[in-house]
Amino acid sequence: MAFLTLQEIAARAEQEHLPFWKIVMQSDQRERNVSEADSFDTMREMYRAMKQADAGYSAELRSASGMAGGDGAKLEQYRREGNHLAGEYLSEVMEKAVKMAESNACMKRIVAAPTAGSCGVIPAVLLTYESQKQVDEDRMTEALFTAAGIGEVLAASASISGAEGGCQAEIGSASAMAAGAVTYLEGGTDEEILHAAALALKNMLGLTCDPVAGLVEVPCVKRNVSGAVNAVVSAQMALAGVRSVIPPDEVIDSMRRIGRLLPGCLRETSQDGLAVTPTAQKIARQLAQQA
Amino acid sequence: MNLFDIVGPVMVGPSSSHTAGAVKIGYVARKLLAEPLKKAEILLHGSFLLTGKGHGTHLALTAGLLGMKPDDVRIPDSLSVAREQGIELSFGEADLREAHPNSVLLILTGVNGRELRVVGESIGGSRINIASIDDLSANFSGEYPTLIVHNQDQPGHIAEVTSMLAHKSVNIAEMRLYRASRGGNAVMVIECDQEVPKESIAWLRHLEGIHKVTYYSLEEE
Repeated sequence: MAFLTLQEIAARAEQEHLPFWKIVMQSDQRERNVSEADSFDTMREMYRAMKQADAGYSAELRSASGMAGGDGAKLEQYRREGNHLAGEYLSEVMEKAVKMAESNACMKRIVAAPTAGSCGVIPAVLLTYESQKQVDEDRMTEALFTAAGIGEVLAASASISGAEGGCQAEIGSASAMAAGAVTYLEGGTDEEILHAAALALKNMLGLTCDPVAGLVEVPCVKRNVSGAVNAVVSAQMALAGVRSVIPPDEVIDSMRRIGRLLPGCLRETSQDGLAVTPTAQKIARQLAQQA
Repeated sequence: MNLFDIVGPVMVGPSSSHTAGAVKIGYVARKLLAEPLKKAEILLHGSFLLTGKGHGTHLALTAGLLGMKPDDVRIPDSLSVAREQGIELSFGEADLREAHPNSVLLILTGVNGRELRVVGESIGGSRINIASIDDLSANFSGEYPTLIVHNQDQPGHIAEVTSMLAHKSVNIAEMRLYRASRGGNAVMVIECDQEVPKESIAWLRHLEGIHKVTYYSLEEE
């Protein structure tokens, strides 16, 4: 049985004097009846697949609708020209988030984390961290277990599906997962990992899923950037000692309730929000004619 | 849901339901046909029809029918792979009434003339449901070895099939029964914990009152 609260994972970690990520891995071992090596290697393969997907980005890629593609290359060029308004780390995080989300829209191979639409958030934060801070792969894999543990609780106690809970359930969940992972990499305590996730998720509560023409492109691609950047700033708050007044598991429960209250027209049905703007309707009509 | 449904799966984008799920539907249907594909009619319904093109749903279904899995990088090129293999493809619309919004009707013909009609639904994440086979309800996930037996609705057929499974030490995970009318066409759908031996499936096919036996194996081709 998966964990239903973050507190359960943290309590088990404290009791057994083990890191948060290891409790998550042990739970996977029991669930799938596999060895420690098998579980760890599978997660490492996920990390490598993320890296491969990032390396496979091409500036020429365009989605079938023509709405997605090329922005990752623009961000890279701007950054390489020495423009770092957002700082060196965040500038590359932004770029990698867009690249991955564009690759997804253009039918490239990605790792759903937790979903395809939010696949840019976690790799953007982690791959940039590895390349700028020279961390070994084992530690990055541990960070990914940390993220997965947070995601497992979100899936079990709230939702990771836009159709069920809106965008907060997809980009919000990815952001909380990435915040916990990067807090771990920075040497944060389990309490700091939980609060980083809570702070990140709180900033994303209420986000709707209203994609233009029903495609995983607008606003999804660029929202991966806000999820990734939000993860980093939330981690920095938690590491500095800032705490979420509302405890992490209560924030998760809030997301669940908000998701249920969101009307169906804002949960991946493209019946309101951005999807019914004049421009979106024009795009949808044009695509329908091509089909 | 396991941990690698949270971080994972590795898949070709853009959508777990409209792309990865669609590949799985095609893949399961191909295995149910149980012979190389000659011709496929792909009829889309609901959201598959309305947003399928932008999600590459038609490419994904074709890829699955060719035996590709959701992480296969050839998915975007599946139409040309099908052409190279000499497979006839056609696309159209299906009106499946109350079906799930992400549904497709696949009408398949194999090289030896075997025909199969499969309705598949992509029900969230990349999970799928095979809703019907040859217009009779089926409802299975493709996560277990699955035996589908079409028979005359008369006493004894369920006992024949389940005693065969018991004899071969195959445990039944889930079993569902449907019939079109009393004494008419009936179907049993049996999801198993072990694979059903090939010779047992052949034996079933020869029994009086058994019209058709279809089997979905988890083993690689």
